[in-house]
Order: sequence, then C-alpha cells, then structure tokens
Amino acid sequence: MRAVTLQLSIIVGYLLLALAVGLVAYRLTERTAEDFYLASRTLGTVVLLFTTFATLLSAFTFFAGPNIAYAQGPEWILVMGLMDGIIFAILWYVIGYKQWLLGQQYGYVTLGEMLGDRFGSRWLRGLVAAISLLWLFPYVMLQQVGAGTALEALTDGAVSYELGAGLITVFMILYVVAAGMRGVAWTDTLQGAFMLVTTWVALLWVLATVGGPSAATAALASSSDTAEFLSLGSSYYTPQWILSTAITIGFGVAMFPQVNQRFFAAGSKTVLKRSFALWPILCVLLFVPSFLLGAWAAGLEVAVPEGANVLPLILDAYTPTWFAALVIAGAMAAMMSSSDSMLLSGSSYFTRDLYRPFVDRSLSDSREGLLARGGVAIFATAAFVASLFQPATLFDLGNAAFSGFAQLALPVLLALYWRKITRAGITAGILASQGFYMASLFVAAVPGSYAGWSAGLVGMGLGLLITVAVSLVTSPAADEQRAIYFDGLGAD
Amino acid sequence: MHRNELGVWIAVAVVLAGLTVPWFLWGSATVVAGLPVWLWWHVGWMGLASVVFWVFAQRAWGIGIESTDDDGSSERRVGGPGRTREPRTGGDSP
Repeated sequence: MRAVTLQLSIIVGYLLLALAVGLVAYRLTERTAEDFYLASRTLGTVVLLFTTFATLLSAFTFFAGPNIAYAQGPEWILVMGLMDGIIFAILWYVIGYKQWLLGQQYGYVTLGEMLGDRFGSRWLRGLVAAISLLWLFPYVMLQQVGAGTALEALTDGAVSYELGAGLITVFMILYVVAAGMRGVAWTDTLQGAFMLVTTWVALLWVLATVGGPSAATAALASSSDTAEFLSLGSSYYTPQWILSTAITIGFGVAMFPQVNQRFFAAGSKTVLKRSFALWPILCVLLFVPSFLLGAWAAGLEVAVPEGANVLPLILDAYTPTWFAALVIAGAMAAMMSSSDSMLLSGSSYFTRDLYRPFVDRSLSDSREGLLARGGVAIFATAAFVASLFQPATLFDLGNAAFSGFAQLALPVLLALYWRKITRAGITAGILASQGFYMASLFVAAVPGSYAGWSAGLVGMGLGLLITVAVSLVTSPAADEQRAIYFDGLGAD
Repeated sequence: MHRNELGVWIAVAVVLAGLTVPWFLWGSATVVAGLPVWLWWHVGWMGLASVVFWVFAQRAWGIGIESTDDDGSSERRVGGPGRTREPRTGGDSP
C-alpha cells in the first residue's frame, strides 16, 4: 500500500510540475499561431535536442525496447543506433536543415504547407495533412492506452484504466492549450534529462548488486536459453530485418508531424549544428543502458509474465521500491511527452492544412491560435474516447505508424532536391506508396515481407520509382513554383 | 571542387551508416570487459559519428543545400521565388 501511495505521489507530483512549467511558459506565450506551434522559432540547443529526443524515444525506450532485448537479445541497440543515431541524424541535416531554411524564408509551419506552396496545390497540402493525421491519431491513442494500462498496473487497480488515461489526457490538454510548443518543449527537456539520469542510476544500481557487467554477461552466457544472445545476429535479427527496420523507422521518424515540425522551430543555424553533432552520443547514452538491462534480465532469470514489462520487474528485484517507482513515473511522464507534442502537431496540421484552405480561407492569425487550442482539446478527447473502445483497426494503424510515415519521406526528399519533380509525380508517388503499404496491412493477398525485406521498405522504393517516373512523363502545372526550394537559400 | 566535396561527404555518410552495425563481426560472441565486442564497436562508432558530424557542422555545413556563388553562376541570390533557372550542381542525393 505504501508503495502505491508513493508511486501515486510521484506521478501526481510530476503532473503538477508539468502544469507549473506550462504556466511559466504561458507567461511568455504570444497569441499568434506561429508562437503556439513553434515557440516563434526560438528553441535553443538543449531544449531542441531534448524535446526531439523525449518526444521520439520515450515510451519505447522504457517498455517495448527492453522487452525485445529480453526476448531476443541486445542487438536491438544496433538497430536503434543506426535508425536514430545515424540515419535520423543525417536526415536532420538533409531534410531538417533545408526545411528550417525554407521555414525561415517563407514562414512555413507544417510540411503540407511547405509542399502545397511549392506545388501550387491545396489538395496536395490537404492530402499530406490527412495522411499524417490518419497515422497520428491511432498512435496518440496507443500512448493513452499505454499510460492508462501502466497506471492501472502500477496501482494494482486502485486507479482504473479510464480514470488514469482520462486524468493524463486532462493534464495534457491543460498545459498544451496554455503554453503550446514552448510549454511542451520545456517539459520535454525536464523529462529527457530525468530519463537519462534515472536510466544510468538504474543500470549502475543493478550492476552493483549482481557484481558488475562481467557477472551479468556471464549469467547470460551460462543459461542455454540465452547463450545465443551474445553472438551478433540470430534468426530474429537477420541483416534484412535489421536494415528494413532501421531504414523505415529512421525515415518515418523524420516525417512524424511532431518531429518534422521541430525542424521549423530551431532558433538558429548553430542550434541545428550542435544538436546534429550531439545526436549519436545521446542515443548511445540512453539505449545502451536501457536495453542492456532488458537483455541482462533474461540471464538473471527475472520472470516476466505475459503482457508485463521487463524493466519495472528487474528494478523491483534489484532496487528499492521508491527508486523503481521513480523510474516508472518517469516512463509514464515520457509517454505524456510524446503525446503532448503529437497533439500540438496534429492540431496544427488540422487547422492550417485542412480547416484553413478548405473551410475558412480568411481565418485571422489570432483566430487560428484559438482554433488550434480547441483542436488540441478535440484531438485529445477523441483519441481518449477511441482508446476506451480499443478498436482493432486503430491498433494495427498505430503500430504501423512509423512505416506509414516513412512512405512520405522519399517523395518529400525528391521535392526538396530534384527540380524536375512535378505535382502529378509527387501526388502519384505518395498515393501509390500509401496505398501499397495499407494493402500490405489489411489485404491478405498483399504480403508483408519480400525475401526478408519489409513491406514498409518495399513501399518506400515503390513511392520513389513512381514519383520519378510520373514526374518524367508529365509537365509541371502552371502554378508550381519550381525554384523556391533552391534559389537564395541560406543567404546570410 | 564543390561537387567533389559533396561527393566525399555523401561517401562518408554512407560509410558511417554502413558500419554502424559491425557486419564483419557477424556471429561473433567474444566478450571483452563484460560486453560483446560488437557492442563496443558500436559504442565507439557512434562516438566517431558524433565527431564526424561535428567536423561536418564546422567545415561543410550548408553544402548541397545553401545557394553558393562559387560555382560559376554568380547571380545565384538575385533570382527571387517564382523564377526558374538552370539546374545547378549540388543537392544531396536522397
């Protein structure tokens, strides 16, 4: 009982802290849409780095990732390092820096807006936003399901799923609506630092108890079930699987609205440069301890019942209750840090790329700010209500979201770097790859794997081919602005 | 010159990504100081990547993206949005 009280106090304490940070940020917030979505493009290195980091990696790093390492071995560290530390960092420059320059020059706030302007098409703008929301909504719902379930498990049912998920939803709405991007970024920074510190303390604590890394690894090697974990590769971690996963998720991350939008929010070129160089180090610092704990738990014979997560259990076995509670509270907070950013981005995609172009073109800036806040509340509430029914289709979509977003990446890259791309080309490429990938999920006749390569990766290739082919045989529409991604960029 | 430099950086990026997973250690289970050798390689490689990214940020940031005046067509910054021009060298391959 004492543990439950302690855990609840820590979580409620965190929620109040997040709200307080939100209120401080609120005092600096202007009433414009750009400030609400992008903190007026002023984020500094630490805040940008940690907000992207916390937004991206949170819940997975604490729960699903260690679970995979526990079941299949620690090679997952390599997959994460490649996808997030290297591929995403390169895209940070190739897509992110270019988008940042374009945002500075033309005031873009969303990906759809940027593409719609270049291709002279509000339909393309709406299409990109609609596809993004289609993948984003179920993903937000999954976060709420995760948070509600974890809270229920943590308190032994004292807080029901509905109450837990509902409480978190209300708090998120409060501070996102109040403080927008600035509030989200600041709370994320707190969380990112908190996650790093607690993960390392947890690792050192467990190692001190079991007698160091050599002892933990020897335990792994001595059990016949896990002896294979130490050798690189397995029937699960095949080269095709490692590459498919790292490439689709790495590219998918760059197209996730809440990550992509951060490309517009950096305060300066220096901020982008520093974040870019620090990125691989940050990934290693978080993934190695968290996934090693998962893998070592297998050798230490920590039993994980069906549906439970390994990290809380190994902490329970080797560290005091208060510390385990602290880490789990951190993980809950981490789920929120992903959701709050997604709510904000989802709302901006909706108001800017769907509402404004198709419903009310004369929307004023301050009215848009108001509408965006309403959008956050509606989006969050709708995802919460959906999470109560837990529809299977939404679960499938949420789990496939990274690969779904990855389908957008290559057409967008072509748009940014290839002058011959046409509106027809990019539209066809986006529709074809999305259609193919959806079919691989829901149509039995379309397989999900091709000689070990995932449908997500094959779909990306298909999108690339079709964008190029259709662009080559069509001519640009009259209102396309073919030069705006190239001329006068970065003129200091 | 500009184009060569871009090619070098693209090659560096491909090598960095390509060896993040030490394929040459496939199947190896050698343990050094409590961790598999392939994991040490990965940790060291990510450190190296960070250094390379830092050098890139200091020396070549903007390559392939920013308009430059050093490749022969000097009026690069004059043309405003909406005016088309000759394709220029540069641009990262996707």
